Amino acid sequence: MGVPVRIHVNGALHQHDVEPRVLLVEYLRDVCGLTGTHVGCESSLCGACTVLIDGQAVKSCTIFAVQAEGRAVTTIEGLAQEGRLHPVQEAFWERHALQCGYCTPGMIMTAVQLLKDHPQPTRAEIAHGLKGNLCRCTGYTHIIDAVEHAAGSRQGAA
Amino acid sequence: MSTTTGEKIGYVGRAMKRVEDPRLVKGIATYVDDLRLPGMLHAVFVRSPHAHARVKRIRTDAARAAGGVVGVFTGAEVNAQCGTIPCASSFPDLKSPKHTVLAGDRAYFVGHPVAVVVAATPYAAADAAELVDVDYEPLPVVTDPEKALEAGSPLTHPDLGTNAAFTWNLTGGDIDAAFAKADRVIRQRMYHQRLTPMPIEPRGCVASYQPGEGTLTLWTSTQIPHLIRTLLPGMIGIAENKLRVVAPEVGGGFGAKLNLYAEEALCSHLAMRLGAPVKWIEGRRENAAATIHGRDQVGDYEVAVSKDGRILGLRNRTIADLGSYLQLLTPAIPTLTGLVVTGAYKIPAVRMDVVGVYTNKMSTDAYRGAGRPEATYLIERLVDLVAAELGLDPVEVRRRNFPAPEEFPFNTATGLTFDSGNYEGALRKAQQLARWDELVARRTSRRRAGALFGIGVSTYVEICAMGPSKAMAAGGWEWGCVRIEISGKVTVITGVTPHGQGQETTFAQIVADRLGVPIEDIVVLHGDTSVAHYGRDTYGSRGTAVCGSAIVMCVDRILEKARRLAAALLDARPEQVEFADGAFAVKGSGGKRLGWTELAGEAYIAKNLPRGFEPGLEASAFFEPENFTFPFGTHICAVEVNRDTGDVTIVQYVAVDDCGNQINPLLVEGQVQGGIAHSIGQALFERTVYDEHGQLLTGEFMDYPMPRAEDIPDYVLGSTVTPSPVNPLGVKGVGEAGTIGATPAIANAVMDALRPLGVTHLDLPLAPEKLWRAIRQGHKE
Repeated sequence: MGVPVRIHVNGALHQHDVEPRVLLVEYLRDVCGLTGTHVGCESSLCGACTVLIDGQAVKSCTIFAVQAEGRAVTTIEGLAQEGRLHPVQEAFWERHALQCGYCTPGMIMTAVQLLKDHPQPTRAEIAHGLKGNLCRCTGYTHIIDAVEHAAGSRQGAA
Repeated sequence: MSTTTGEKIGYVGRAMKRVEDPRLVKGIATYVDDLRLPGMLHAVFVRSPHAHARVKRIRTDAARAAGGVVGVFTGAEVNAQCGTIPCASSFPDLKSPKHTVLAGDRAYFVGHPVAVVVAATPYAAADAAELVDVDYEPLPVVTDPEKALEAGSPLTHPDLGTNAAFTWNLTGGDIDAAFAKADRVIRQRMYHQRLTPMPIEPRGCVASYQPGEGTLTLWTSTQIPHLIRTLLPGMIGIAENKLRVVAPEVGGGFGAKLNLYAEEALCSHLAMRLGAPVKWIEGRRENAAATIHGRDQVGDYEVAVSKDGRILGLRNRTIADLGSYLQLLTPAIPTLTGLVVTGAYKIPAVRMDVVGVYTNKMSTDAYRGAGRPEATYLIERLVDLVAAELGLDPVEVRRRNFPAPEEFPFNTATGLTFDSGNYEGALRKAQQLARWDELVARRTSRRRAGALFGIGVSTYVEICAMGPSKAMAAGGWEWGCVRIEISGKVTVITGVTPHGQGQETTFAQIVADRLGVPIEDIVVLHGDTSVAHYGRDTYGSRGTAVCGSAIVMCVDRILEKARRLAAALLDARPEQVEFADGAFAVKGSGGKRLGWTELAGEAYIAKNLPRGFEPGLEASAFFEPENFTFPFGTHICAVEVNRDTGDVTIVQYVAVDDCGNQINPLLVEGQVQGGIAHSIGQALFERTVYDEHGQLLTGEFMDYPMPRAEDIPDYVLGSTVTPSPVNPLGVKGVGEAGTIGATPAIANAVMDALRPLGVTHLDLPLAPEKLWRAIRQGHKE
């Protein structure tokens, strides 16, 4: 009863037969072994499972793996390039934007898309852009600092 | 920011980014759900949809026959083999129901596990769980803890004959005399709502039995691997030294993971019984229903005051809704409220009566702050009510009741000794940061313009660094170990179990400075009972104060031993040898220096040791705190309430917290901000709601409104530093400060905003609908 799916994950093509009901997040975690994408609620409300699909932030707990057929998925593990942290990862580290780290991968993936769409966001725009992601540890202030920092460092690098 | 005075600037006192972060930002840390073991089975629990029901019959044949299913177990099949869930706090008349791992013939709350399905995959287990057919006969439900004490109330546990689990009281000073001589008595009933901790990682565990060795390993998302290793063996019939408990990366706790839960015990039992690893991962709805809740106290509070605003006495009767069972610390939370109910004030007489009541709900237990937010909220609200009643400035009333700095150590009427403090200093600094006079003028002008503008102040004190063993059920010491490896690298092992607090960094800072080594040479290990042999784990803002102190003891012992070794190798006496910058040398000689690499090589290769010198460079230590610590501070909040919608906007927020010396101000700031966010949730949005049938209405994030990024104001944060005299680091703890200090500041600000409408008190949360109704009512009057 498996359905064949072909998904590019972090640049590599993955081909598997999966049950149609398998969620993308479970496909990534259990089939691809990419456990950096986390499950916090199974209902799209916490955002811990956020990945990029063709560059768009998507909550992978509410999409089936088969719906990602032929698409390119980027997970947190695919963000660092050649061993160098992505500027958003670097900024989260720099600004103490994480404590337990559980929401962090989803928060970072959301921030990556946020900065792609709004390269120089205000703090209010950052907060608005992160409203789909829950964090229970940090109280968000350092996360907003980090996204602002990442925007600044990108500008500096450009 | 603070540094240890008198020493050159090292790592301690610096705002350093964390050493644990790279694995977390890369997504390569290992949380319990990331564990995969060969042959691992998956457990899914069948839970009661009723708050109170007789479990008449459970049909499991269809589930057992389903594909991939290995076993289906009900209470009848496991409760006799698994002991009961432990509660660590007890007092003489405590009535305690038998808390089996699965429901027996009754289910006592929505979410109560009644059966467990074990299958080859989580999907197969979930499918089969749907096929378990339970016949329930609904029974009368107890939801209101006050009505539960009335004659004729249905009983949560009929076999106990009462819904009252315990009564407890605390008296200090002459309370009757205080009320007799009072110029005024202010009374207020307050309800401190039930809350759900909601770490973003739900609970979960993997249990694996090694039959050859007869050993069990339990990986579990917990704050307390060591306490579990103490408590679980007796439940499941394994020797303590055959049980290894590992807290891998833990995705938030907030007290919700300060427990030994039925699921952990049962998965452990099943792993032994089935001879295969068993994994269980909690869903969010399970987390909301069957992981502990917090708070939920209601009481009538009375303060006796003189006309100049001095508080003479405080008395109250508090009813604590315990839920249906006693979890690890359930009864100890409202009694802790009692111990700190006098807040930061000299209140000479107190009487507190607490009744703990069973209801058909999930248990309440330690949620961030654990008893202290309740106390701080009620005393800080009462101080504002006193000020309003007497026509005094609420800040001035606080000031008049503070103990002065020279009165520390300060003994409270509740029997505590506050270690150190300068409450006036923190208040003054907070007022400066808030530009107090301008803020008050702004309120005047905004009110004149028709706005509902309010200012709230909270001057809190909390009790942390838990704690002296005589006051802690399972001991309050902490254990640490420091080892200079043969290579000169340094391994630090801690008995606490950080899960976001950042002690891999702060402990490395402490050790790096004291040993004079680069922080990169240090690794801090924790959370695995086979590595950290002893520990009492992480809760009550104790990690740095108590375990940091154990680590200081270890370093001191290593330095003493290394000095003796260096002296022998340098042909000198130990007192002739000095230690600086990570090396020993003969004082004033300008000669040979022996660093850790040389000394460790000598200590372990052991060819040149003096006669009788024990090889190795390792020390472990137990630190026993002589007292708790008492962090304190002032939070000032200004809000504007939208007259048409009841929405609250925090327009200014200032917090000055004094947690003693700060090891890493960046991490302190993170703890404070995170704590205030919990308070914003508690003050404005969050409330765990059961309806009159005991149905949980706040079963997921959709219904349980935690703050999101847009709900957070800009903060002005500051600190004062009053070192604690009760530990060698002078630290006090900061994990719960924001959650304790902020809620009353926000609540007082909202109440101040509504004062012109004649509103004096509303219970939390101050959600828009409640405020909107109060505003409408106020306008009518």
